[in-house]
Amino acid sequence: MTSPASETRSLHGWGRTAPTVATVITPRTPEEVAAAVKAAGRRGIIARGLGRSYGDPAQNAGGTVLDMTGLARIHSIDADSGVVDLDAGVSLDALMRRALPFGLWVPVLPGTRQVTIGGAIGADIHGKAHHVVGSFGNHVEAMTIVLADGSIRELTPEGPEAELFWATVGGMGLTGVIVRARLKLHHVETAYFKVDTEQIDNLAELMARQTQDDEKYAESVSWFDAVTTGEHFGRGLLTRANHATLADLTPRQRRNPLKFDAPQLLTVPDVFPPGMLNRVTGRLFSELWYRKSPTKLGAIQNITQFLHPLDIAGEWNRGYGPHGFLQYQFVVPLERGDVIRTVLERMTEAGQVSALNVLKRFGEGNRAPLSFPKPGWTLCVDIPIGPGLGELCEELDRIVLDAGGRHYLAKESRTTPEAIRRGYPRLEEWRKVRAAVDPAGVFASDLARRLELI
Amino acid sequence: MIDAVGNPQSILLLGGTSEIGLAAVEAFASDRPMRVVLAARPSQRLADAKARLEARGCAVETLDFDATALDTHTAVVDKAFAEGDVDVAIVAFGLLGDNEEAWTDVAKAVELAQVNYTAAVSVGVALGDRLKQQGHGSLVALSSVAGERARRSNFVYGSTKAGLDAFYTGLTEALRPFGVTVTVVRPGFVHTKMTEGLKPAPLSTTPEAVAEVIVHAVRTKQELVWAPAPLRFVMSALRHVPRPVFRRLPL
Repeated sequence: MTSPASETRSLHGWGRTAPTVATVITPRTPEEVAAAVKAAGRRGIIARGLGRSYGDPAQNAGGTVLDMTGLARIHSIDADSGVVDLDAGVSLDALMRRALPFGLWVPVLPGTRQVTIGGAIGADIHGKAHHVVGSFGNHVEAMTIVLADGSIRELTPEGPEAELFWATVGGMGLTGVIVRARLKLHHVETAYFKVDTEQIDNLAELMARQTQDDEKYAESVSWFDAVTTGEHFGRGLLTRANHATLADLTPRQRRNPLKFDAPQLLTVPDVFPPGMLNRVTGRLFSELWYRKSPTKLGAIQNITQFLHPLDIAGEWNRGYGPHGFLQYQFVVPLERGDVIRTVLERMTEAGQVSALNVLKRFGEGNRAPLSFPKPGWTLCVDIPIGPGLGELCEELDRIVLDAGGRHYLAKESRTTPEAIRRGYPRLEEWRKVRAAVDPAGVFASDLARRLELI
Repeated sequence: MIDAVGNPQSILLLGGTSEIGLAAVEAFASDRPMRVVLAARPSQRLADAKARLEARGCAVETLDFDATALDTHTAVVDKAFAEGDVDVAIVAFGLLGDNEEAWTDVAKAVELAQVNYTAAVSVGVALGDRLKQQGHGSLVALSSVAGERARRSNFVYGSTKAGLDAFYTGLTEALRPFGVTVTVVRPGFVHTKMTEGLKPAPLSTTPEAVAEVIVHAVRTKQELVWAPAPLRFVMSALRHVPRPVFRRLPL
């Protein structure tokens, strides 16, 4: 047996900020993962998937990073029960392509399909269906992880090591390396959505509408314009959908109802200067985005149209230029919906431009101490790195935390350890579970060091 | 770690009583309190600096550091890294000296060369080694425009800074593959205790202004900066002025 490929490389997250250098090893088997974990040096080791976290959770300066995309086999799919057994390095995209022909649907899909199963569990990702199906960890029946001592263990949500299972869900890879998992998928008749789009001309009404009958829809999210001020402040599009049934489709679509209809049309070249997104382009984008979707009920849309409009362009983060950008995502309790408006107003006053603004109502959270979703409003904005952004985010942190909110670790790239302690009251409980299986701190990442998670 | 918007969490100042160095630490700490290590010979000024930073909420540690004791440098640097990562290291110690004394007195000349150049190289090697292992970080070296073209009035000092400048410029390239950014800062005339009583040169500046330049350079990963910025063009022109003219300039 040859040893896995290894190289020293600079790594950054999807936001292209704060790169650091690590030794990257690409293992192909759980045994190779275990060997790498045992051989980890003083700076420790962390797993990395497809690098879609915005900040630094899949970086480990001066240490080892495991490129998990080498473990990419789907071992079995059971069409009746919907259970799939697969390696942690399989992407949601690959899983969907393989599972759809069996009429199986991945219940939790974030804004991109370029996420590995290991990353999806580690960040306990959520999607537009959270209010109905919860987050990714809720659909994991079992997972196999490599612990700090190199031992390989299978964990289940209710089993004897349930605590470790739930510490690994949302645990940002710091409890061990997930190498394999069993997921329970949902049955669908078609790969299409029946979508209701509503153009709503101000924020208050947008939020009120989103509150009214979310339960009737499997998927619900709104995009809004954060550039236009005045009475149309926060005007937006509320899109909600259910899986289309065969009867909903056109005869043409009915011929191949489970078609994986999700093209990638182009890859964005790495040529954009900083400052591409400014007040002018931001206003233009917002206007076009708002205008492109007038109110329309019952439209049939494919995966790209409804779920992943950004996946149509590969490497779209390059459009923000070389300084990169950050995504600010938080959740506040339902009764503090006023925070959404305050945050947007502060952003506008500070002259920061965000074009991709997503607002959603979360349903119930799960048992994982570091899982992000909890009942409330979650807002997500993308802002290019520039002067004054650090100060603005500090101020937003205070507003969010004072309202009982918290930040999403998969998006986080700049807050303080204190903000995480306040936002995640069960952090200490998680730390204890982690310390019991990794007393020497073998698992480490830039995120963990920066936010003092370990 | 240095975060996405350029906030460091820890900083090491070699030359812990340097006015420019301390101004830079305070500028970084004005946004967020952080871990600070001040390396200098024990003095009242050092104690005052520590107290001032602690009042801002920083966790401050002082290390006994003597630039002339070359064989102690590695140990001092190791100690600074013992408590955790060092995100930003600033090499700020240096002597100005009296040029007329320095070019006529061997001991004085050697002292300047040792502190400004040899010691800077010595800590540079030690810092480079630690930062390389760390896989990230920022190293800032205080050079001077005096090193860009030697002037009759302070060429001994200028020669030491020229050496430092060349070393850290090369170190920039050597450490780049390891995720470490080295920034060479070339200030002009700065009003400090070191330059008290001297006639200020044109475009003179203050420690606080140089500190702002340093903070911005670290945040944006610039590798060579002048303070104030227009000096870049002034020095670029001065480097090409013919000697007979240069010698007559009132510099």
